[in-house]
Amino acid sequence: MAGVEREARDETTAALFALASQIAADELRPRAGAAEQEGRFPREVFATLGKAGLLSLPYPQELGGGGQPYEIYLQVVEELATAWLAIGLGVSVHTLTCFPIATAGTSQQQDRWLPGMLGGDQLGAYCLSEPDSGSDAAGLATRAVPDGDEFVINGVKAWTTHGGQADFYTVFARTSGEPGGPGRAQGISCFHVPAGTAGVSAAPPEHKMGVRSSATAQVRFEAARVSSRQLIGEPGRGFPIALAALDAGRLGIAACATGVAQAALDCAVGYARQRVQFGRPVIDFEGLQFMLADMATAVAAARALYLAAARRKDAGLPYGQQAAMAKLLASDTAMRVSTDAVQVLGGYGYVEDFPAERLMREAKMLQIVEGTNQIQRMVIGRQLARSA
Amino acid sequence: MNIVVLVKQVPDTWSERRLRADDSTLDRDAADAVINELDDYAIEEGLRLQEAHGGEVTIVSMGPQKAADAIRKALSMGADKAVHVTDEALRGSDGLVTSAVLASVLGRTGFDLVILGSESTDARMGTLAAMLAERLGVPQMSFASKVETDGSKITIHRQADYGYDTVEGALPAVVSVVEKINEPRYPSFKGIMAAKKKPVETLSLADLGMDASQAGLAASATQVVSFANRPPRAAGTIVTDEGDGGAKAAEFLASRKFI
Repeated sequence: MAGVEREARDETTAALFALASQIAADELRPRAGAAEQEGRFPREVFATLGKAGLLSLPYPQELGGGGQPYEIYLQVVEELATAWLAIGLGVSVHTLTCFPIATAGTSQQQDRWLPGMLGGDQLGAYCLSEPDSGSDAAGLATRAVPDGDEFVINGVKAWTTHGGQADFYTVFARTSGEPGGPGRAQGISCFHVPAGTAGVSAAPPEHKMGVRSSATAQVRFEAARVSSRQLIGEPGRGFPIALAALDAGRLGIAACATGVAQAALDCAVGYARQRVQFGRPVIDFEGLQFMLADMATAVAAARALYLAAARRKDAGLPYGQQAAMAKLLASDTAMRVSTDAVQVLGGYGYVEDFPAERLMREAKMLQIVEGTNQIQRMVIGRQLARSA
Repeated sequence: MNIVVLVKQVPDTWSERRLRADDSTLDRDAADAVINELDDYAIEEGLRLQEAHGGEVTIVSMGPQKAADAIRKALSMGADKAVHVTDEALRGSDGLVTSAVLASVLGRTGFDLVILGSESTDARMGTLAAMLAERLGVPQMSFASKVETDGSKITIHRQADYGYDTVEGALPAVVSVVEKINEPRYPSFKGIMAAKKKPVETLSLADLGMDASQAGLAASATQVVSFANRPPRAAGTIVTDEGDGGAKAAEFLASRKFI
């Protein structure tokens, strides 16, 4: 498979794309199927990515990052996700977890933690959702109570990607107000919590429909003590940080979804070219060829939309609505294209000998994470109502 | 330690490779160009020896303009600087000419250790280490699966069918490596960015004090006089199982000396 031809702006980005596709071909693609079946978290692959500098691409070089615009970083995420979603997703989630300190942390906090977080050795996890607070994130109940120069955190976080595997957790907890009370969003604060902190533990990983090699787990905070120096941003100003991080994170999910859709398209086209029925390759039958044409068009549209949103972000323009659109379109595309890929392969699409069924299971997750697609529509629709 | 790693850009082994119809030389436009696979191991070994003993790693490559891509990749893996010998007159040069040109470059750069892959995936002569060592008057340490040095002496494991020989020599020396020697690193993104600023010296034949008549296809001692494309794969042998399929399959394999 020749792979997606990307628009590199110069030799450096061309070399970066070549590096990502080499790692995808050599380290990711050969292992993805087996690791998904075993449900084994591939920590060593993240070590390889970290050494190669692919875990810190969009952060400034002064902070230890790669200094790349989102337009470039996201194409690397797509490339990795095309080969193995759990890895592309992991890179996107890790990038999300670094967002609060990189954008709202003090220079002391950045100096102290970012070299490790962006250095490639560490992996982060993002703790916002709770068992009873998902789409309604402002209703979170985990509490951080001040005690002298410390905060004591109690609560349970749900659906945490890298839960139990991460080296640090970016945690949103309530420092004032009630989950159902007035001004509840103004009572949320953001904390940097190393995984080794006493009182922090992870439940066994969830048994998911797909993306099983990525660990998803509840994370428990039982009288976990953190220093007030680990508070990111002002107390009570955590929720805007969480939402800003999610705007950026959604672009990562859109890139991942485009990757899954591309993988499903590659699988379907490859099969349709070599599968012979009635004396000719099935791709020569218009019924299938038109289906593949629609799939290819949808993948190109998803890619174009996330890149358009990324260019707005890179230019410093508001991009929340566009990021929501990109996440919505790309993940719905991944679902439809992977479902159609199973159809193109017929019986072979429904069994584990081909990746089509796995990609279909993986696509479903992307319509749910970092804001369900109903929440994306809410974000887009509210903007319409406001600007009307 | 002054370490020089020789790097050759070759057509990707995974793409279809062709010779040109007009002069039987390699058709470089027909396939993607990559670093010769064994050279990745040579670069890695050079970088490891540098990490252990200090000094510099210099990449030397002879090839067309496009070989600059291979050089940049080697620099992004961590090498310090490079020399690129490129000249239209070099096209079609055989091993003897190539070794003369490279020996001349090595005379300019100086070296304690020259490391190269034991063969290239295009020409597959596997003789360059020997030719270079002879021209430079230094020990040839070929097919190394392990390299150790204290800065004045060098010891290698020379890979063989029966195991390995332990071979010792004095520096400076030429070492060719096999893929068993290490696990080459990927470039890092920081390495990619740093590579842009690393010095690459471009030399022509004239810069080396050589004349165009000493190089290229015409000056080469060997030439490809004709070639034939590999015949299409013949139909396989079908063994029909009539209760004795296993024995028949074994007989077939034995007749081809597979078992």
